[in-house]
Parts: sequence; C-alpha cells; structure tokens
Amino acid sequence: MSTVVLLLITGLGLGALYFLVASGLSLIYGLMGVLNFAHGSFLTIAAFLGWEVGRRVSDGTWWGLALSAMVGLAVGAIVAAATEYLLIRRLYERHIEQALVTVGLALASVALFEGIWGTDPIYTRKPDWLAQTTEILGAKIPNDRFLLIACALIVLGGIVLFLRRTRYGLIIRAGVENRSMVTALGIDVRRSFTIVFAIGGAAAGLGGVLASVYYGYVSAHLGSVLLIFAFIVTVIGGLGSLTGAAIASVLVAVLQQFANFYLAGTGDFVVVVALAVVLLVRPRGLLGKVA
Amino acid sequence: MNPQLTDAPAPARPSAPPPAASARRRPLPIVLGGVALVVGLAVLPLLAIEIPGVLPGPTYTPGTLQLLAYAMLIAALALSYRMMFGLAGLLSFGHALFFAAGAYGLGMSLDAFAPAEWPSGLVFAASIGITLVFGLVLAATVGALALRVTGISFAMVTLAFAQAGSVLIRRNPDSATGGDEGLSLDIANVPEGLVGVVNTRNLYWMALAVLVFVYLVVLWVERSRAGHVAEAARENELRVRVIGIRPYSVKLLIFVVASVLAAIAGMGYLLLQSGASPRIATADFTLTLLVIVVLGGVGYRWGAIVGGIVYTLLDQRLTALAGSDFIAGLPAVLRVPLSEPLFILGTLFILVVLFLPGGIAGIPQRIRSGRKQHPVEAEEATDA
Repeated sequence: MSTVVLLLITGLGLGALYFLVASGLSLIYGLMGVLNFAHGSFLTIAAFLGWEVGRRVSDGTWWGLALSAMVGLAVGAIVAAATEYLLIRRLYERHIEQALVTVGLALASVALFEGIWGTDPIYTRKPDWLAQTTEILGAKIPNDRFLLIACALIVLGGIVLFLRRTRYGLIIRAGVENRSMVTALGIDVRRSFTIVFAIGGAAAGLGGVLASVYYGYVSAHLGSVLLIFAFIVTVIGGLGSLTGAAIASVLVAVLQQFANFYLAGTGDFVVVVALAVVLLVRPRGLLGKVA
Repeated sequence: MNPQLTDAPAPARPSAPPPAASARRRPLPIVLGGVALVVGLAVLPLLAIEIPGVLPGPTYTPGTLQLLAYAMLIAALALSYRMMFGLAGLLSFGHALFFAAGAYGLGMSLDAFAPAEWPSGLVFAASIGITLVFGLVLAATVGALALRVTGISFAMVTLAFAQAGSVLIRRNPDSATGGDEGLSLDIANVPEGLVGVVNTRNLYWMALAVLVFVYLVVLWVERSRAGHVAEAARENELRVRVIGIRPYSVKLLIFVVASVLAAIAGMGYLLLQSGASPRIATADFTLTLLVIVVLGGVGYRWGAIVGGIVYTLLDQRLTALAGSDFIAGLPAVLRVPLSEPLFILGTLFILVVLFLPGGIAGIPQRIRSGRKQHPVEAEEATDA
C-alpha cells in the first residue's frame, strides 16, 4: 500500500513538471499550429538564470528559491516572447518553416548553454524542508513533490482564469477554435500569439526552476529530456487542449512511475507504447478537437 | 499547384516505361556531368589535392579520405530522408532509427551469427542480408503503424518509435549493443580489404558506391508512377483520393524504400567507423538530418548531397577551429559561442530558413529568376 501511495504521489509530482512544459506547447500549437522545439531551451535558460540569481542572494533558503522562481518565470516569458517576435512572426502561416526555426534555435541554444555552463550537471542546494520526507499512509514522500504539485495547480488555475476571465483569454480561446473567423471580425490575433508564447514560456521557466529542485541539478540537457515527454503528453492529451494536457501529464507520469517499479524500469517504453496506442485508436488525442 | 497532377497518376493508362521518360526529361550534358563527377570523386584517392581550410590534408591521406567517406555516407542518408520529407511530404522524426538499425544490425549479426564451417566471405554476405531483411521488416512495421495518422501526429509516432529504439540501444540487452560505450566492429568475418587505416581508400570507394546507389534508387523512385503519386499526395491528398488512388500504400512504399536506404548507409557507417555509437539513434541525429536537408534545399535532389557534405565538413572544421589558438585568444563573449560548432551551425540554419528558403541548391534558381519566393515549397499534407 505504502509503495502504491509513494509511486502515485511521485507520479503526480513528475506529472506536474510535464504539465508545466506541456501547457505552453499545447496552447501554442492550438493557437498557431507551431510545434515549438525550442520550448525545452526556454526551460533550461530559466533554470540556469534562476539558479545563478538564487545562489548569489541566499543559497538553499526559501527566499532564494522564491527569487529563483520569480527570475525563472520572468526569463521564460521574456525569452519566449522575444523568440516569437523576432523569429516565428517573420514566417507567419508557414508552419513547417516555423517548426524548423525552433529546431535550429534548440540546437544552437543547447550548444551555447554547454559553452557557458559546461556539459556536466551542476548540483543545486534546496531548503532543508524540501529534502525531508512526510509520512502519508505509511509512505515516506519527499516534500519537494508537494511543492511541484502545488505550483502546477496554481499555474493551471491561473491559466484557466486568464483564459476564461480576460479579454485576451477570450480572443485566445476563440483563436484556438477558429482563427480565421477571429481575424475576420477585425481582431489582431497576432498580438495574442506573443502573449501565448509569453505565458507558455513563463510556465516552462517555472518548470525549469522546479525541475532543478526535483532532479537536484541543472544541466544544458534538462530541457531536451523533459521536452520529449512533454510532446508525448501534448499529443496524448490532444493538441490545443489545456485540460487534456493536464490529464495526460498525470496519466503519463503515473504510468511511467508504476512501470518503472513493477515492470523492471520499462517506464519510457510503456509511455511510448501508450502514445502509439492512443494515436492509432484515437488520432486526435484524449480531448483534442476534430482536425 | 502542380499542373501535372491531373495527367500523371491516371490509373487506367498503361504505364509508360520510366527509362524513356527519364531520358526525355534529363538532358545528356547533365548525365555526362554527373558521370564525370563520380569518376572525379573515384580517382580522388590517387591524387594529392590540397584545399587548406576545407580538408585536413591532401586527398590521398587516410584522415581526409575518412572524412570525405563519412560526408558521403551522411549525404546518402540525407538523400533518403529528403525522399520522404521533400518528395512525399512525410515529416519523420524517426529516420535515425533505420540508420541505427543498419549499423547495429550488421554489427550484432557479425557478432552473433558466425557458423564456424562457413567461409568468412559468406558470413559477411549473410550478415548483410540479415540486416537488410531486419531493416525491411522494421520499416514496414513502423511505417504501417505510423502512416495511419498524418501531419504532426505522424512525426510524433515516428519520434516515439525512434525514442524506444534509442532507449533499447542504451539499455544494452544481453550486452548486445554495448550501451553508452557503443558497439565495436568484430572484424573476424569482415573482408580484409575493408579493415584498417591502410585500406581507408577501399572504404572511401565503398562510401562513394553507397552514395551513387542511393542516388540512383531515389532517382528511380521519383521518376516512377509511385513517385508521382507521392508528390501529388503531398500537394493535395484529397484530390489524389478523388482520382481513386490510395495514398497510403504509396506513402508506405516510399517510407520503406527510404528506410532501407538509410539502413544501407548505416551499414556503410559501421564499416567506416569500425563501430557504432548510440548517438546515431537519438532524436537529435534525425534533427541534424532535417537541418542538412533544409540547408541543402528541400526542393532539389542534389541539395541533400550538398547539404550533407557541407554540414559534415563544416562540423569537422569548426570543431578543429574551436581548439585552435586563435579562438583561445579571444575574449569570452566571442570565445564561448565560437567554440561550439553546433551553435554556429544552428544559427546558420536559422538564417537559411529565414532568408534563403531554397537552401544552398536554390541559390542559382534565385539568382536567375530574381524572385523572393522559393519556387518549390515543401508543404505538409493539407488535411492533417
């Protein structure tokens, strides 16, 4: 029983991380049709800069972590918005080229991070409480899992509130539904492209800082590892669906944890098989709209 | 829109023999030029041509020949990838899987399959046969599953399969793949002429033969009726369906042929490098192929070859440059980016996508026509 609880909550924690990356991917794809390969780089740069600032102010304390998270959010949003403004916008409506530009950006930025911060992982310090465990139903749960889950819930709530309660949220939701109709109504959808990129980048940036807490290190390849799973989550959940991404990230991460424990470390395989099965049975994903 | 679309794939018409069609469309000077180029490349190991800055040494030295052979194998692989991406519009993120299947398949069957009473030449040939069959079965399985979805979903399914293959290779089941260390070639049954630094020249010719073979197969497929149907389906799949052709079987054919060609290039890679590293199975490697094909020019067959050779040479020379004294003397702001070849190549790639949509091979066309827009746009299937 305690093993199941441990696997379940650890899976939820990992799922929270996947969601932070996948939410941005899914929104960006839903609105603009761009598969953003550079999303992992947004995460990595935010993780690095958050760590750099956090350790200079007060390393291994709650204040330091909060500051890192703030820096991560800001860096992710700024870098993502700049990417959209400088690179993606020039290739408006040419989806393959847009994806190619993000591929190039991902390759170049990972190389640059390796040049600046080296190829080896850099181990980070975290507040003492996060390194301890809490006992729930006999299972010793590492405390950082709770932080991850809480942050992901806050982000999910924030994005949902933004989409439902604000004017830009309305435009974005309408744009995901039918972009040409929104344009025909005289609304400049392109401004909301930048906003969607900034939101997605901010979520990924926060994910970067939290990933450095979860894994205990930052490295230039932090983003690319998470990105592949985030892609899988996005496709399983249905491209463009935020709720789908949330459900799928939990399913994928829990499935991965259980398979890793009970089926001799085959978590990655099981996830890939799940993706193949979902796509063949239901090509649009769990909650995706009909293409 | 392609004006040939309506007359090319008419199903009831008796098929015109492809050689006649290709002879009509292909002027003699271009064929002769191609033959002269191949002959020129073939005699390169006998000459001492030095191109400072591009090649590490004179063309007869093993180091240079090794680099050129590697570049040609990458070009062959890129050519097979272009057939899928450029001709059929199939954006696959799993092409590295088949390259790795060729390299690891041959390496593992040479390791495991060695009946003592057989002569070693026969074992070698049988291993190649086994690897080809393995590649064919793998390609047919993955293709049949992945092609049930289109567009981005297709890319994701192929990525998922390639990722599974990459994980399998790294996990090293029964110590068969060598894990992170990579697989080293068991030379017991490899013909002597293909082993060792002394015989780099033979390996170079082998790589050239692989490139020419892949080129001819790609040419043949593109000129065939299947190639026309694939091209038409890329432009407008719905219209192809309306005519009464199922694009699925044609796409599967293209997928399988391209994958087997990749496996052949992979076998060449194993022999040339005397081993295989797990890097060639990763998603990054497929992304590199994508970069090569786009850099060279998606619309042109020889664009993939130019892209493959330019990319490999640039990668090698930039790595050499990164270690040079000149770079070490620069201030950190310049030194850090310039010492990362992948950073320069990635930036170059972004610039090509933004400002040079036809790639390297599209430059002459752009100069001639003076148009801003690249004439051959590779587009995704519209009903993704």
